[in-house]
Amino acid sequence: MSDKKTCLYDAHVALGAKMEPFGGFIMPILYTDIAAEHRAVRGACGVFDVSHMGEVLITGPEAEKYVQYIFTNDVANAPIGKIYYGMMLHPTGGTVDDLLVYKMADDVFFLVINAANIDKDVAWMQQHITSFDAHLTNQSDDYGQLAIQGPEAEKVMQEVLHLPCEELAFYTFKTLTVDGETLIISRTGYTGEDGFEVYGSHDYIQKAWAALIASKRALPCGLGCRDTLRFEVGLPLYGDELTDDISPIMAGLGMFVKLDKADFIGKEAVAKQKAEGVTRKVVGIELEGRAIPRHGYDVEVDGQVIGAVTTGYNSISTGKSVCMALIDAAYAKLGTPVQVRIHRKLHQGVVTKKRFYDKHYKK
Amino acid sequence: MSQVIEGLYYSESHEFVKVEGEYGYVGITDYAQDQLGNVVYVDMPEVGDDVTAGEDFGAVESVKAASDLISPVSGEVVEVNEALEDEPELINKDAFGSWIIKVKLSDPSELDALLSAADYGKLCQ
Repeated sequence: MSDKKTCLYDAHVALGAKMEPFGGFIMPILYTDIAAEHRAVRGACGVFDVSHMGEVLITGPEAEKYVQYIFTNDVANAPIGKIYYGMMLHPTGGTVDDLLVYKMADDVFFLVINAANIDKDVAWMQQHITSFDAHLTNQSDDYGQLAIQGPEAEKVMQEVLHLPCEELAFYTFKTLTVDGETLIISRTGYTGEDGFEVYGSHDYIQKAWAALIASKRALPCGLGCRDTLRFEVGLPLYGDELTDDISPIMAGLGMFVKLDKADFIGKEAVAKQKAEGVTRKVVGIELEGRAIPRHGYDVEVDGQVIGAVTTGYNSISTGKSVCMALIDAAYAKLGTPVQVRIHRKLHQGVVTKKRFYDKHYKK
Repeated sequence: MSQVIEGLYYSESHEFVKVEGEYGYVGITDYAQDQLGNVVYVDMPEVGDDVTAGEDFGAVESVKAASDLISPVSGEVVEVNEALEDEPELINKDAFGSWIIKVKLSDPSELDALLSAADYGKLCQ
């Protein structure tokens, strides 16, 4: 199957973006330079095309009951306009996907899922919705999506896109009608900086992108720096830190798994992991020197392989070579010396927190 | 348009060799650095290691990916460019000036199998 194009494909090509396949789409990896795009988001404002993300609408009298059953976080009694991060799990506790749930009304929930998982997730959700009085609509092809990220994002939203957003708190959203069409605007992102995500028709997203680029107030940013940004602040990427075999407990994301709510798929397995501990954990590792630990490289102690790197970079914000890795929990204590094998050589490192750079959210 | 320098030998995997007497300076071409983007780390062998034509001897890493270095020639590494340890970005600034290893050529006839500047230039079009 050939890769899909987002509604901004032509705009990316016109800007000279380096395009590569990602999650079933052909996406811009960078426009000029990953490091410069990364720094623009940390220091000013960047705009990302994230139209590849999937959107699924859940409606009906038992919409909430259904979401509660497939989702690890607790949306009971949630206020309208609130957003929750969490996971959908297999009965084993392994992760089907991580996602955002937007509560639009008592009987309407908007779920944002990873591009690479759209087909898998929708099939899985369909399978489980049959016993609920609820309906599922895959809207992934209907929406384009922009992420406007960085300390100047609020001003850029107001002054370039004329979208009022100052009243939005972190992880809340509102719908807004502009020129007769409805947009969803949320204070969310995947960079560790303040920022917004805007969902709209392809036509609106194309116009908004063009306005942002023309204004020169937001640098076009590719998925390359989206990955370096989310990695530095310890945010997981499905496929790296969360997979069908990695539970949120193993990934250190237990705070998004609420065991004190009604039954949900995988609850028993993750409850057991929380109570008894896990055999493998995702940790941070900081290396001496500048060699770069990449996904899949072995982590060793005393010549024994104890795990593998999930994501690693020479951190653009700190200059240090750091990685997240899934390792034997016996070595997961902070300060434990470990080695990473990079191009045949062993490089000395130490287990650290997964957050290599502090988030700067506006609460 | 990336630069190609006359008088150097080139490999199809985008390394160059600059020959001085019985020594060859090996690095990556301007085209290669342009394709890689910002170089953030160069993994180099140690002085005294042997390298073999057609086999990898290290890697050049950009933010996004690692690219193996394939030696175009065989011989002993007599020097590595230590400046690249602290300033790997020198490769982006001047790829041909930033050789990675200096090799004592064990079989200079291997150079005959490499590409001329003109042929390499065509490869990069």
